[in-house]
Amino acid sequence: MLDIQKIRADFPILHQQVHGKPLIYLDNGATSQKPRAVIDSLVHYYERDNSNVHRGLHALSMRATDAYEGARTRIAKFIHAADPAEIIFTRGTTESINLVARSWGHAHLKPGDIVLTTEIEHHSNLVPWQQAARASGATLTYVPVLGADGEGGLDLAALDRLLTPQVKLFAFTHISNTLGTVNPAAEFCRRARAVGAVTVIDAAQSIGHTPFDVQALGADFVAFSGHKMCGPTGIGVLYGRRALLDQLAPDETGGGMVSQVTYDDARWKPAPERFEAGTPNMADAIALGVACDYLDALGRDRIAAHDAVLAQCAMAKLSTLPGIRIIGPRAGAERSGLVSFAFAEVHAHDIVTFADEDGLALRGGHHCNQPLMRKLGLTGTTRASFYLYNTEEEIDLLVASLRRTVKFFGVT
Amino acid sequence: MSADLTELYQQVILDHNRRPRNRGKLPTANRVAHGDNPTCGDQCSVYLRMDGDRIAEISFDGSGCAISQASASLMTTQIKGKTAPEVQTLYKNFHDIVTTGNAPEEISDLGAFAGVHAFPARIKCATLGWHAAIEAMKSDPMPTTTTESHVD
Ligand SMILES: Cc1ncc(COP(=O)(O)O)c(C=O)c1O
Repeated sequence: MLDIQKIRADFPILHQQVHGKPLIYLDNGATSQKPRAVIDSLVHYYERDNSNVHRGLHALSMRATDAYEGARTRIAKFIHAADPAEIIFTRGTTESINLVARSWGHAHLKPGDIVLTTEIEHHSNLVPWQQAARASGATLTYVPVLGADGEGGLDLAALDRLLTPQVKLFAFTHISNTLGTVNPAAEFCRRARAVGAVTVIDAAQSIGHTPFDVQALGADFVAFSGHKMCGPTGIGVLYGRRALLDQLAPDETGGGMVSQVTYDDARWKPAPERFEAGTPNMADAIALGVACDYLDALGRDRIAAHDAVLAQCAMAKLSTLPGIRIIGPRAGAERSGLVSFAFAEVHAHDIVTFADEDGLALRGGHHCNQPLMRKLGLTGTTRASFYLYNTEEEIDLLVASLRRTVKFFGVT
Repeated sequence: MSADLTELYQQVILDHNRRPRNRGKLPTANRVAHGDNPTCGDQCSVYLRMDGDRIAEISFDGSGCAISQASASLMTTQIKGKTAPEVQTLYKNFHDIVTTGNAPEEISDLGAFAGVHAFPARIKCATLGWHAAIEAMKSDPMPTTTTESHVD
Protein backbone atom coordinates (compact mmCIF):
# COMPACT_ATOMS: atom_id res chain seq x y z
CA MET A 1 0.00 0.00 0.00
CA LEU A 2 1.16 3.51 -0.78
CA ASP A 3 1.27 6.10 1.99
CA ILE A 4 -0.70 8.74 0.12
CA GLN A 5 -0.33 11.51 2.69
CA LYS A 6 3.44 11.07 2.63
CA ILE A 7 3.42 11.11 -1.16
CA ARG A 8 1.28 14.26 -1.22
CA ALA A 9 3.86 16.00 0.96
CA ASP A 10 6.41 15.41 -1.84
CA PHE A 11 4.39 17.48 -4.34
CA PRO A 12 4.57 21.21 -3.52
CA ILE A 13 1.96 22.22 -6.10
CA LEU A 14 -0.81 20.18 -4.47
CA HIS A 15 -0.82 22.40 -1.40
CA GLN A 16 -2.70 25.38 -2.71
CA GLN A 17 -6.20 26.73 -2.99
CA VAL A 18 -8.02 27.34 -6.26
CA HIS A 19 -11.02 29.71 -6.12
CA GLY A 20 -10.78 29.43 -2.33
CA LYS A 21 -10.99 25.61 -2.35
CA PRO A 22 -8.19 23.07 -1.89
CA LEU A 23 -6.85 22.03 -5.29
CA ILE A 24 -8.01 18.59 -6.44
CA TYR A 25 -5.86 17.72 -9.40
CA LEU A 26 -7.56 15.13 -11.60
CA ASP A 27 -5.95 15.98 -14.95
CA ASN A 28 -3.02 13.58 -14.74
CA GLY A 29 -3.77 12.14 -18.17
CA ALA A 30 -2.76 15.52 -19.58
CA THR A 31 0.28 15.99 -17.37
CA SER A 32 1.33 14.86 -13.92
CA GLN A 33 2.65 17.03 -11.12
CA LYS A 34 6.32 16.95 -10.10
CA PRO A 35 7.79 15.80 -6.80
CA ARG A 36 10.25 18.00 -4.92
CA ALA A 37 13.16 15.69 -5.89
CA VAL A 38 12.57 16.36 -9.61
CA ILE A 39 12.27 20.12 -9.09
CA ASP A 40 15.43 20.09 -6.96
CA SER A 41 17.28 18.20 -9.66
CA LEU A 42 16.52 20.95 -12.18
CA VAL A 43 17.68 23.65 -9.80
CA HIS A 44 20.81 21.71 -8.88
CA TYR A 45 21.71 21.18 -12.52
CA TYR A 46 21.46 24.87 -13.39
CA GLU A 47 23.14 26.00 -10.18
CA ARG A 48 26.01 23.50 -10.16
CA ASP A 49 26.54 21.39 -13.29
CA ASN A 50 25.23 23.26 -16.34
CA SER A 51 27.53 22.85 -19.31
CA ASN A 52 27.30 21.38 -22.80
CA VAL A 53 27.63 17.62 -22.99
CA HIS A 54 30.01 15.48 -25.06
CA ARG A 55 32.05 18.52 -26.09
CA GLY A 56 34.14 19.89 -23.27
CA LEU A 57 37.04 18.47 -21.40
CA HIS A 58 36.51 20.71 -18.41
CA ALA A 59 35.08 19.61 -15.09
CA LEU A 60 31.57 20.94 -15.59
CA SER A 61 31.20 19.43 -19.04
CA MET A 62 32.29 16.07 -17.75
CA ARG A 63 29.92 16.31 -14.82
CA ALA A 64 27.02 17.25 -17.12
CA THR A 65 27.93 14.47 -19.56
CA ASP A 66 28.09 11.89 -16.77
CA ALA A 67 24.72 13.00 -15.42
CA TYR A 68 23.11 13.03 -18.89
CA GLU A 69 24.44 9.59 -19.83
CA GLY A 70 23.62 8.39 -16.33
CA ALA A 71 20.01 9.38 -16.94
CA ARG A 72 20.03 7.37 -20.17
CA THR A 73 21.24 4.31 -18.27
CA ARG A 74 18.67 4.94 -15.54
CA ILE A 75 15.84 5.10 -18.06
CA ALA A 76 17.10 1.96 -19.82
CA LYS A 77 16.79 0.19 -16.47
CA PHE A 78 13.35 1.75 -15.88
CA ILE A 79 11.97 0.04 -18.99
CA HIS A 80 14.37 -2.92 -18.90
CA ALA A 81 16.07 -2.11 -22.20
CA ALA A 82 19.01 -4.38 -23.04
CA ASP A 83 21.33 -1.46 -23.82
CA PRO A 84 21.31 2.28 -22.88
CA ALA A 85 22.07 3.03 -26.55
CA GLU A 86 18.47 2.03 -27.24
CA ILE A 87 17.25 5.14 -25.37
CA ILE A 88 16.93 8.21 -27.59
CA PHE A 89 15.99 11.45 -25.90
CA THR A 90 13.27 13.44 -27.66
CA ARG A 91 10.83 16.21 -26.71
CA GLY A 92 8.15 13.66 -25.91
CA THR A 93 5.83 11.00 -27.26
CA THR A 94 4.82 13.07 -30.26
CA GLU A 95 8.37 13.69 -31.41
CA SER A 96 9.31 10.05 -30.77
CA ILE A 97 6.49 8.74 -32.97
CA ASN A 98 7.24 11.30 -35.67
CA LEU A 99 10.87 10.20 -35.67
CA VAL A 100 9.88 6.58 -36.37
CA ALA A 101 7.22 7.57 -38.88
CA ARG A 102 9.68 9.68 -40.86
CA SER A 103 12.95 7.75 -40.54
CA TRP A 104 11.61 4.22 -40.52
CA GLY A 105 8.66 5.05 -42.75
CA HIS A 106 10.82 6.71 -45.36
CA ALA A 107 13.25 3.79 -45.51
CA HIS A 108 10.77 0.91 -45.45
CA LEU A 109 7.29 1.87 -46.65
CA LYS A 110 6.27 1.54 -50.28
CA PRO A 111 3.03 1.39 -52.28
CA GLY A 112 1.06 -1.76 -51.46
CA ASP A 113 2.33 -1.87 -47.87
CA ILE A 114 -0.04 -1.51 -44.96
CA VAL A 115 0.46 0.46 -41.78
CA LEU A 116 -1.89 -0.81 -39.11
CA THR A 117 -3.06 1.26 -36.19
CA THR A 118 -6.26 1.36 -34.11
CA GLU A 119 -9.42 3.43 -33.83
CA ILE A 120 -8.56 4.58 -30.31
CA GLU A 121 -5.25 6.34 -30.92
CA HIS A 122 -4.31 9.81 -29.73
CA HIS A 123 -3.77 12.17 -32.70
CA SER A 124 -0.03 11.79 -31.97
CA ASN A 125 -0.15 8.14 -32.95
CA LEU A 126 -2.47 8.68 -35.89
CA VAL A 127 -1.57 11.79 -37.87
CA PRO A 128 2.15 10.85 -38.25
CA TRP A 129 1.03 7.52 -39.80
CA GLN A 130 -1.40 9.29 -42.10
CA GLN A 131 1.51 11.42 -43.25
CA ALA A 132 3.89 8.46 -43.62
CA ALA A 133 1.30 6.50 -45.59
CA ARG A 134 0.60 9.47 -47.84
CA ALA A 135 4.30 10.07 -48.48
CA SER A 136 5.05 6.43 -49.32
CA GLY A 137 1.86 5.29 -51.04
CA ALA A 138 1.19 2.78 -48.25
CA THR A 139 -2.32 2.23 -46.90
CA LEU A 140 -3.34 3.05 -43.33
CA THR A 141 -5.78 0.59 -41.72
CA TYR A 142 -7.45 0.67 -38.31
CA VAL A 143 -8.28 -2.10 -35.84
CA PRO A 144 -11.88 -1.33 -34.83
CA VAL A 145 -13.01 -0.72 -31.27
CA LEU A 146 -16.06 -2.68 -30.09
CA GLY A 147 -19.18 -1.51 -28.29
CA ALA A 148 -21.34 1.63 -28.41
CA ASP A 149 -19.24 3.08 -25.58
CA GLY A 150 -15.98 1.49 -26.72
CA GLU A 151 -16.39 -0.86 -23.78
CA GLY A 152 -15.45 -3.96 -25.77
CA GLY A 153 -11.87 -2.91 -26.40
CA LEU A 154 -10.15 -3.55 -29.69
CA ASP A 155 -11.59 -6.26 -31.92
CA LEU A 156 -9.08 -9.10 -31.59
CA ALA A 157 -10.73 -11.21 -34.28
CA ALA A 158 -10.45 -8.29 -36.68
CA LEU A 159 -6.82 -7.84 -35.65
CA ASP A 160 -6.08 -11.39 -36.78
CA ARG A 161 -7.76 -10.71 -40.12
CA LEU A 162 -6.02 -7.37 -40.57
CA LEU A 163 -2.51 -8.58 -39.67
CA THR A 164 -1.55 -9.81 -43.12
CA PRO A 165 2.01 -10.11 -44.46
CA GLN A 166 1.44 -6.74 -46.20
CA VAL A 167 1.43 -5.07 -42.77
CA LYS A 168 4.87 -3.58 -42.29
CA LEU A 169 4.20 -1.74 -39.06
CA PHE A 170 1.63 -1.92 -36.26
CA ALA A 171 1.36 1.19 -34.05
CA PHE A 172 -0.92 1.03 -31.01
CA THR A 173 -1.42 2.64 -27.67
CA HIS A 174 -0.73 0.67 -24.50
CA ILE A 175 -3.40 2.58 -22.54
CA SER A 176 -6.09 4.72 -24.16
CA ASN A 177 -6.06 8.29 -22.84
CA THR A 178 -9.82 8.58 -23.49
CA LEU A 179 -11.33 5.16 -22.78
CA GLY A 180 -8.92 3.91 -20.11
CA THR A 181 -8.63 0.63 -22.04
CA VAL A 182 -5.47 -1.36 -21.33
CA ASN A 183 -4.39 -3.14 -24.49
CA PRO A 184 -2.72 -6.56 -24.32
CA ALA A 185 0.56 -5.11 -25.59
CA ALA A 186 2.63 -8.29 -25.35
CA GLU A 187 -0.02 -10.22 -27.27
CA PHE A 188 -0.17 -7.49 -29.95
CA CYS A 189 3.62 -7.57 -30.35
CA ARG A 190 3.60 -11.36 -30.61
CA ARG A 191 0.92 -11.37 -33.30
CA ALA A 192 2.64 -8.58 -35.23
CA ARG A 193 5.97 -10.36 -35.11
CA ALA A 194 4.35 -13.48 -36.55
CA VAL A 195 3.68 -11.59 -39.80
CA GLY A 196 6.99 -9.74 -39.72
CA ALA A 197 5.53 -6.35 -38.77
CA VAL A 198 7.48 -3.86 -36.69
CA THR A 199 5.65 -2.64 -33.55
CA VAL A 200 5.40 0.88 -32.14
CA ILE A 201 3.86 1.25 -28.68
CA ASP A 202 2.52 4.60 -27.53
CA ALA A 203 3.28 4.27 -23.82
CA ALA A 204 2.42 7.88 -22.89
CA GLN A 205 -0.35 6.84 -20.49
CA SER A 206 1.23 3.67 -19.15
CA ILE A 207 4.90 4.31 -18.57
CA GLY A 208 4.59 6.03 -15.19
CA HIS A 209 1.57 4.01 -14.08
CA THR A 210 2.47 0.37 -14.47
CA PRO A 211 5.55 -1.89 -14.56
CA PHE A 212 7.00 -1.75 -18.06
CA ASP A 213 9.50 -4.18 -19.59
CA VAL A 214 10.27 -3.64 -23.28
CA GLN A 215 11.93 -7.03 -23.61
CA ALA A 216 9.08 -8.95 -21.99
CA LEU A 217 6.63 -7.03 -24.23
CA GLY A 218 8.72 -7.79 -27.30
CA ALA A 219 8.35 -4.21 -28.57
CA ASP A 220 10.42 -2.79 -31.43
CA PHE A 221 9.78 0.90 -30.71
CA VAL A 222 8.26 2.55 -27.63
CA ALA A 223 7.42 6.24 -27.26
CA PHE A 224 6.74 8.11 -24.03
CA SER A 225 6.84 11.55 -22.40
CA GLY A 226 8.55 12.58 -19.19
CA HIS A 227 5.87 15.03 -18.10
CA LYS A 228 3.19 12.38 -17.56
CA MET A 229 5.44 10.34 -15.24
CA CYS A 230 6.41 13.01 -12.68
CA GLY A 231 9.25 14.27 -14.91
CA PRO A 232 9.71 17.68 -16.53
CA THR A 233 8.08 18.90 -19.73
CA GLY A 234 10.10 18.99 -22.93
CA ILE A 235 11.74 15.59 -22.51
CA GLY A 236 10.67 12.18 -23.67
CA VAL A 237 12.08 8.96 -25.02
CA LEU A 238 12.05 6.84 -28.09
CA TYR A 239 13.14 3.32 -27.28
CA GLY A 240 14.23 1.35 -30.36
CA ARG A 241 15.61 -2.16 -30.57
CA ARG A 242 19.33 -1.84 -31.27
CA ALA A 243 19.21 -3.92 -34.44
CA LEU A 244 16.56 -1.60 -35.89
CA LEU A 245 18.23 1.64 -34.81
CA ASP A 246 21.53 0.62 -36.37
CA GLN A 247 19.88 0.34 -39.78
CA LEU A 248 17.98 3.58 -39.46
CA ALA A 249 19.00 6.88 -41.06
CA PRO A 250 18.72 10.02 -38.93
CA ASP A 251 15.75 12.30 -39.24
CA GLU A 252 17.59 15.45 -38.25
CA THR A 253 21.26 16.16 -38.93
CA GLY A 254 23.79 18.58 -37.46
CA GLY A 255 26.26 18.72 -34.62
CA GLY A 256 26.75 15.87 -32.17
CA MET A 257 25.43 13.12 -34.43
CA VAL A 258 28.27 12.90 -36.99
CA SER A 259 31.57 11.04 -36.83
CA GLN A 260 33.28 12.42 -39.96
CA VAL A 261 32.35 15.50 -41.96
CA THR A 262 33.92 16.73 -45.17
CA TYR A 263 32.72 19.44 -47.56
CA ASP A 264 31.17 16.65 -49.62
CA ASP A 265 29.75 14.23 -47.12
CA ALA A 266 29.11 13.19 -43.54
CA ARG A 267 29.04 9.93 -41.64
CA TRP A 268 26.73 9.20 -38.75
CA LYS A 269 27.56 8.11 -35.26
CA PRO A 270 25.76 5.01 -34.03
CA ALA A 271 22.60 5.24 -31.93
CA PRO A 272 21.70 7.01 -29.73
CA GLU A 273 23.78 10.04 -30.83
CA ARG A 274 22.74 9.52 -34.46
CA PHE A 275 19.22 10.60 -33.48
CA GLU A 276 20.13 13.45 -31.14
CA ALA A 277 21.37 16.24 -33.39
CA GLY A 278 22.25 19.48 -31.63
CA THR A 279 22.62 20.29 -27.95
CA PRO A 280 20.25 17.97 -26.13
CA ASN A 281 17.83 18.84 -23.33
CA MET A 282 20.25 17.93 -20.57
CA ALA A 283 18.59 19.36 -17.49
CA ASP A 284 15.25 17.73 -18.21
CA ALA A 285 16.79 14.37 -19.18
CA ILE A 286 18.66 14.28 -15.87
CA ALA A 287 15.51 15.22 -13.94
CA LEU A 288 13.63 12.47 -15.79
CA GLY A 289 16.15 10.01 -14.38
CA VAL A 290 15.27 11.33 -10.93
CA ALA A 291 11.56 10.81 -11.69
CA CYS A 292 12.40 7.15 -12.48
CA ASP A 293 14.07 6.85 -9.07
CA TYR A 294 11.05 8.41 -7.41
CA LEU A 295 8.53 6.08 -9.06
CA ASP A 296 10.61 2.94 -8.59
CA ALA A 297 11.17 3.68 -4.90
CA LEU A 298 7.38 3.61 -4.50
CA GLY A 299 6.90 0.72 -6.91
CA ARG A 300 4.99 0.94 -10.17
CA ASP A 301 3.10 -2.23 -9.27
CA ARG A 302 1.73 -0.40 -6.22
CA ILE A 303 0.96 2.71 -8.25
CA ALA A 304 -0.97 0.54 -10.72
CA ALA A 305 -2.92 -1.05 -7.87
CA HIS A 306 -3.71 2.40 -6.43
CA ASP A 307 -4.86 3.66 -9.87
CA ALA A 308 -7.09 0.60 -10.21
CA VAL A 309 -8.73 1.14 -6.81
CA LEU A 310 -9.44 4.80 -7.65
CA ALA A 311 -10.79 3.90 -11.09
CA GLN A 312 -13.23 1.32 -9.69
CA CYS A 313 -14.25 3.69 -6.89
CA ALA A 314 -14.90 6.44 -9.47
CA MET A 315 -16.85 4.05 -11.71
CA ALA A 316 -19.12 3.02 -8.83
CA LYS A 317 -19.73 6.55 -7.57
CA LEU A 318 -20.04 8.32 -10.92
CA SER A 319 -22.58 5.79 -12.15
CA THR A 320 -25.03 7.06 -9.49
CA LEU A 321 -25.28 10.43 -11.29
CA PRO A 322 -28.45 10.97 -13.34
CA GLY A 323 -27.98 10.86 -17.11
CA ILE A 324 -24.28 9.99 -17.05
CA ARG A 325 -22.74 8.01 -19.90
CA ILE A 326 -19.36 6.50 -19.02
CA ILE A 327 -17.24 5.33 -21.94
CA GLY A 328 -14.61 2.61 -21.95
CA PRO A 329 -14.48 -0.65 -19.99
CA ARG A 330 -17.52 -1.45 -17.81
CA ALA A 331 -17.34 -1.39 -14.01
CA GLY A 332 -15.27 -4.30 -12.74
CA ALA A 333 -13.39 -4.78 -16.03
CA GLU A 334 -9.72 -3.86 -16.27
CA ARG A 335 -9.28 -0.11 -16.69
CA SER A 336 -6.42 2.30 -16.14
CA GLY A 337 -6.74 5.18 -13.66
CA LEU A 338 -9.03 7.38 -15.67
CA VAL A 339 -12.75 7.75 -16.36
CA SER A 340 -14.34 9.70 -19.25
CA PHE A 341 -18.01 10.52 -19.16
CA ALA A 342 -20.67 12.66 -20.79
CA PHE A 343 -24.13 14.00 -20.03
CA ALA A 344 -26.55 14.38 -22.91
CA GLU A 345 -27.78 17.74 -21.61
CA VAL A 346 -24.65 19.31 -20.16
CA HIS A 347 -21.59 19.98 -22.28
CA ALA A 348 -18.15 18.98 -21.01
CA HIS A 349 -16.93 22.60 -20.95
CA ASP A 350 -19.74 23.68 -18.70
CA ILE A 351 -18.96 20.74 -16.39
CA VAL A 352 -15.28 21.67 -16.29
CA THR A 353 -16.05 25.34 -15.57
CA PHE A 354 -18.30 24.40 -12.64
CA ALA A 355 -15.80 21.86 -11.31
CA ASP A 356 -13.03 24.45 -11.49
CA GLU A 357 -15.02 26.67 -9.14
CA ASP A 358 -14.88 23.77 -6.67
CA GLY A 359 -11.09 23.51 -6.96
CA LEU A 360 -11.24 20.49 -9.28
CA ALA A 361 -8.95 20.28 -12.31
CA LEU A 362 -10.67 18.15 -14.98
CA ARG A 363 -10.27 17.89 -18.71
CA GLY A 364 -13.16 18.46 -21.08
CA GLY A 365 -13.15 18.06 -24.84
CA HIS A 366 -12.14 15.55 -27.49
CA HIS A 367 -8.84 14.54 -25.79
CA CYS A 368 -6.98 14.56 -29.13
CA ASN A 369 -9.24 11.67 -30.19
CA GLN A 370 -11.56 13.33 -32.70
CA PRO A 371 -12.24 10.28 -34.91
CA LEU A 372 -13.05 8.14 -31.85
CA MET A 373 -15.41 10.80 -30.47
CA ARG A 374 -17.20 10.91 -33.81
CA LYS A 375 -17.47 7.12 -33.87
CA LEU A 376 -19.01 7.08 -30.38
CA GLY A 377 -21.40 9.89 -31.36
CA LEU A 378 -19.89 12.32 -28.87
CA THR A 379 -18.66 15.87 -29.29
CA GLY A 380 -16.51 15.54 -26.21
CA THR A 381 -16.28 14.07 -22.76
CA THR A 382 -15.18 15.12 -19.31
CA ARG A 383 -12.23 13.13 -18.03
CA ALA A 384 -11.00 12.56 -14.49
CA SER A 385 -7.55 10.96 -14.52
CA PHE A 386 -5.85 9.80 -11.34
CA TYR A 387 -2.33 9.30 -10.10
CA LEU A 388 -0.39 8.29 -7.05
CA TYR A 389 -1.37 11.34 -4.95
CA ASN A 390 -5.13 11.13 -5.49
CA THR A 391 -7.53 9.83 -2.86
CA GLU A 392 -11.03 8.38 -2.60
CA GLU A 393 -12.08 11.53 -0.69
CA GLU A 394 -11.20 13.55 -3.79
CA ILE A 395 -13.47 11.30 -5.84
CA ASP A 396 -16.30 11.96 -3.36
CA LEU A 397 -15.78 15.70 -3.83
CA LEU A 398 -15.75 15.23 -7.60
CA VAL A 399 -19.05 13.36 -7.53
CA ALA A 400 -20.63 15.94 -5.19
CA SER A 401 -19.53 18.76 -7.49
CA LEU A 402 -20.88 16.99 -10.58
CA ARG A 403 -24.16 16.31 -8.82
CA ARG A 404 -24.61 20.02 -8.10
CA THR A 405 -23.76 20.91 -11.69
CA VAL A 406 -26.16 18.52 -13.39
CA LYS A 407 -28.86 19.63 -10.98
CA PHE A 408 -28.21 23.25 -11.90
CA PHE A 409 -28.70 22.36 -15.57
CA GLY A 410 -31.95 20.61 -14.70
CA VAL A 411 -30.87 17.00 -15.24
CA THR A 412 -32.78 14.73 -12.88
CA MET B 1 -22.17 28.54 -6.30
CA SER B 2 -19.87 31.52 -6.73
CA ALA B 3 -21.09 34.92 -7.81
CA ASP B 4 -18.95 34.68 -10.96
CA LEU B 5 -20.65 31.45 -11.99
CA THR B 6 -24.14 32.83 -11.37
CA GLU B 7 -23.15 35.85 -13.47
CA LEU B 8 -21.92 33.56 -16.26
CA TYR B 9 -24.88 31.20 -16.36
CA GLN B 10 -27.66 33.78 -16.40
CA GLN B 11 -31.27 32.67 -16.79
CA VAL B 12 -31.36 34.04 -20.34
CA ILE B 13 -28.37 31.89 -21.27
CA LEU B 14 -29.75 28.75 -19.65
CA ASP B 15 -33.04 29.32 -21.41
CA HIS B 16 -31.46 29.71 -24.85
CA ASN B 17 -29.28 26.68 -24.18
CA ARG B 18 -32.28 24.56 -23.25
CA ARG B 19 -34.60 25.87 -25.96
CA PRO B 20 -32.42 27.18 -28.76
CA ARG B 21 -34.13 29.55 -31.21
CA ASN B 22 -33.73 29.16 -34.97
CA ARG B 23 -31.85 25.94 -34.66
CA GLY B 24 -31.33 23.62 -37.63
CA LYS B 25 -30.53 23.94 -41.30
CA LEU B 26 -32.33 26.63 -43.28
CA PRO B 27 -33.62 25.06 -46.50
CA THR B 28 -33.90 28.41 -48.23
CA ALA B 29 -30.43 29.63 -47.21
CA ASN B 30 -28.30 31.32 -49.83
CA ARG B 31 -25.29 31.87 -47.54
CA VAL B 32 -23.64 29.60 -45.03
CA ALA B 33 -20.44 29.56 -43.00
CA HIS B 34 -18.98 27.21 -40.42
CA GLY B 35 -16.97 28.21 -37.40
CA ASP B 36 -15.08 25.87 -35.17
CA ASN B 37 -12.88 26.01 -32.16
CA PRO B 38 -10.18 23.41 -32.74
CA THR B 39 -9.03 23.49 -29.13
CA CYS B 40 -12.38 22.64 -27.59
CA GLY B 41 -14.22 21.09 -30.53
CA ASP B 42 -17.16 23.51 -30.50
CA GLN B 43 -18.83 23.87 -33.86
CA CYS B 44 -21.33 26.29 -35.26
CA SER B 45 -22.82 26.71 -38.72
CA VAL B 46 -24.85 29.78 -39.56
CA TYR B 47 -27.33 29.74 -42.46
CA LEU B 48 -28.66 32.97 -43.94
CA ARG B 49 -31.16 33.92 -46.56
CA MET B 50 -30.07 37.35 -47.64
CA ASP B 51 -32.70 39.53 -49.23
CA GLY B 52 -30.78 42.34 -50.83
CA ASP B 53 -28.40 43.52 -48.15
CA ARG B 54 -30.57 42.36 -45.25
CA ILE B 55 -30.80 39.05 -43.40
CA ALA B 56 -34.29 37.83 -44.19
CA GLU B 57 -33.95 34.48 -42.46
CA ILE B 58 -31.34 32.93 -40.24
CA SER B 59 -30.62 29.68 -38.46
CA PHE B 60 -27.72 27.98 -36.75
CA ASP B 61 -26.62 24.45 -36.10
CA GLY B 62 -23.80 22.91 -34.14
CA SER B 63 -22.62 21.57 -30.85
CA GLY B 64 -20.80 23.02 -27.93
CA CYS B 65 -21.06 24.38 -24.42
CA ALA B 66 -24.04 26.27 -23.04
CA ILE B 67 -22.31 29.60 -23.64
CA SER B 68 -21.62 28.95 -27.32
CA GLN B 69 -25.03 27.50 -28.06
CA ALA B 70 -26.96 30.16 -26.16
CA SER B 71 -24.92 32.92 -27.73
CA ALA B 72 -25.56 31.63 -31.25
CA SER B 73 -29.26 31.22 -30.48
CA LEU B 74 -29.63 34.72 -29.05
CA MET B 75 -27.62 36.18 -31.89
CA THR B 76 -30.03 34.78 -34.49
CA THR B 77 -32.88 36.66 -32.79
CA GLN B 78 -30.87 39.88 -32.69
CA ILE B 79 -29.50 40.10 -36.22
CA LYS B 80 -32.46 38.99 -38.26
CA GLY B 81 -33.49 41.87 -40.52
CA LYS B 82 -30.14 43.60 -40.13
CA THR B 83 -27.58 44.67 -42.75
CA ALA B 84 -23.89 43.78 -42.60
CA PRO B 85 -22.83 47.16 -41.10
CA GLU B 86 -25.59 46.85 -38.48
CA VAL B 87 -24.42 43.36 -37.57
CA GLN B 88 -20.85 44.64 -37.28
CA THR B 89 -21.98 47.34 -34.86
CA LEU B 90 -23.94 44.84 -32.77
CA TYR B 91 -20.97 42.48 -32.74
CA LYS B 92 -18.68 45.28 -31.60
CA ASN B 93 -21.04 46.01 -28.71
CA PHE B 94 -21.27 42.31 -27.89
CA HIS B 95 -17.50 41.90 -28.00
CA ASP B 96 -17.14 44.87 -25.62
CA ILE B 97 -19.65 43.26 -23.25
CA VAL B 98 -17.92 39.88 -23.12
CA THR B 99 -14.42 41.33 -22.80
CA THR B 100 -15.13 44.17 -20.33
CA GLY B 101 -18.24 42.99 -18.50
CA ASN B 102 -19.88 46.38 -19.03
CA ALA B 103 -23.30 46.15 -20.61
CA PRO B 104 -25.01 49.44 -21.54
CA GLU B 105 -28.72 49.65 -20.60
CA GLU B 106 -30.08 49.73 -24.15
CA ILE B 107 -28.32 46.56 -25.17
CA SER B 108 -31.17 44.15 -24.30
CA ASP B 109 -30.58 40.44 -23.76
CA LEU B 110 -27.02 40.51 -25.07
CA GLY B 111 -26.06 42.02 -21.72
CA ALA B 112 -26.63 38.58 -20.19
CA PHE B 113 -23.22 37.66 -21.55
CA ALA B 114 -21.39 40.23 -19.41
CA GLY B 115 -20.40 37.45 -16.99
CA VAL B 116 -18.20 35.88 -19.66
CA HIS B 117 -15.51 38.49 -19.07
CA ALA B 118 -14.57 36.80 -15.77
CA PHE B 119 -13.83 33.60 -17.74
CA PRO B 120 -11.39 34.65 -20.48
CA ALA B 121 -11.17 31.08 -21.81
CA ARG B 122 -14.89 31.23 -22.63
CA ILE B 123 -14.86 34.44 -24.71
CA LYS B 124 -14.24 32.44 -27.84
CA CYS B 125 -17.25 30.27 -27.01
CA ALA B 126 -19.47 33.36 -26.82
CA THR B 127 -18.20 34.79 -30.11
CA LEU B 128 -18.16 31.57 -32.18
CA GLY B 129 -21.64 32.04 -33.69
CA TRP B 130 -21.03 35.72 -34.40
CA HIS B 131 -17.87 34.94 -36.35
CA ALA B 132 -19.73 32.37 -38.40
CA ALA B 133 -22.57 34.84 -39.09
CA ILE B 134 -20.18 37.59 -40.16
CA GLU B 135 -18.32 35.15 -42.41
CA ALA B 136 -21.60 33.99 -43.89
CA MET B 137 -22.62 37.56 -44.74
CA LYS B 138 -19.28 38.17 -46.43
CA SER B 139 -19.36 34.88 -48.30
CA ASP B 140 -20.38 34.44 -51.90
CA PRO B 141 -23.88 33.14 -52.39
CA MET B 142 -23.61 29.31 -51.88
CA PRO B 143 -21.36 27.22 -52.04
CA THR B 144 -20.21 26.99 -48.47
CA THR B 145 -17.16 28.69 -47.03
CA THR B 146 -15.24 27.39 -44.07
CA THR B 147 -13.46 29.32 -41.38
CA GLU B 148 -10.95 27.02 -39.76
CA SER B 149 -10.56 29.05 -36.64
CA HIS B 150 -11.02 32.61 -35.59
CA VAL B 151 -9.36 35.32 -33.61
CA ASP B 152 -11.10 37.42 -31.01
C1 LIG C 1 -1.94 8.22 -25.43
C2 LIG C 1 -1.17 9.47 -25.70
N1 LIG C 1 -0.32 9.50 -26.74
C3 LIG C 1 0.42 10.59 -27.02
C4 LIG C 1 0.33 11.73 -26.26
C5 LIG C 1 1.16 12.91 -26.64
O1 LIG C 1 2.13 13.19 -25.69
P1 LIG C 1 3.00 14.50 -25.78
O2 LIG C 1 2.03 15.63 -25.95
O3 LIG C 1 3.72 14.56 -24.48
O4 LIG C 1 3.91 14.37 -26.95
C6 LIG C 1 -0.54 11.75 -25.18
C7 LIG C 1 -0.66 12.96 -24.35
O5 LIG C 1 -1.64 13.64 -24.29
C8 LIG C 1 -1.32 10.60 -24.90
O6 LIG C 1 -2.19 10.58 -23.89
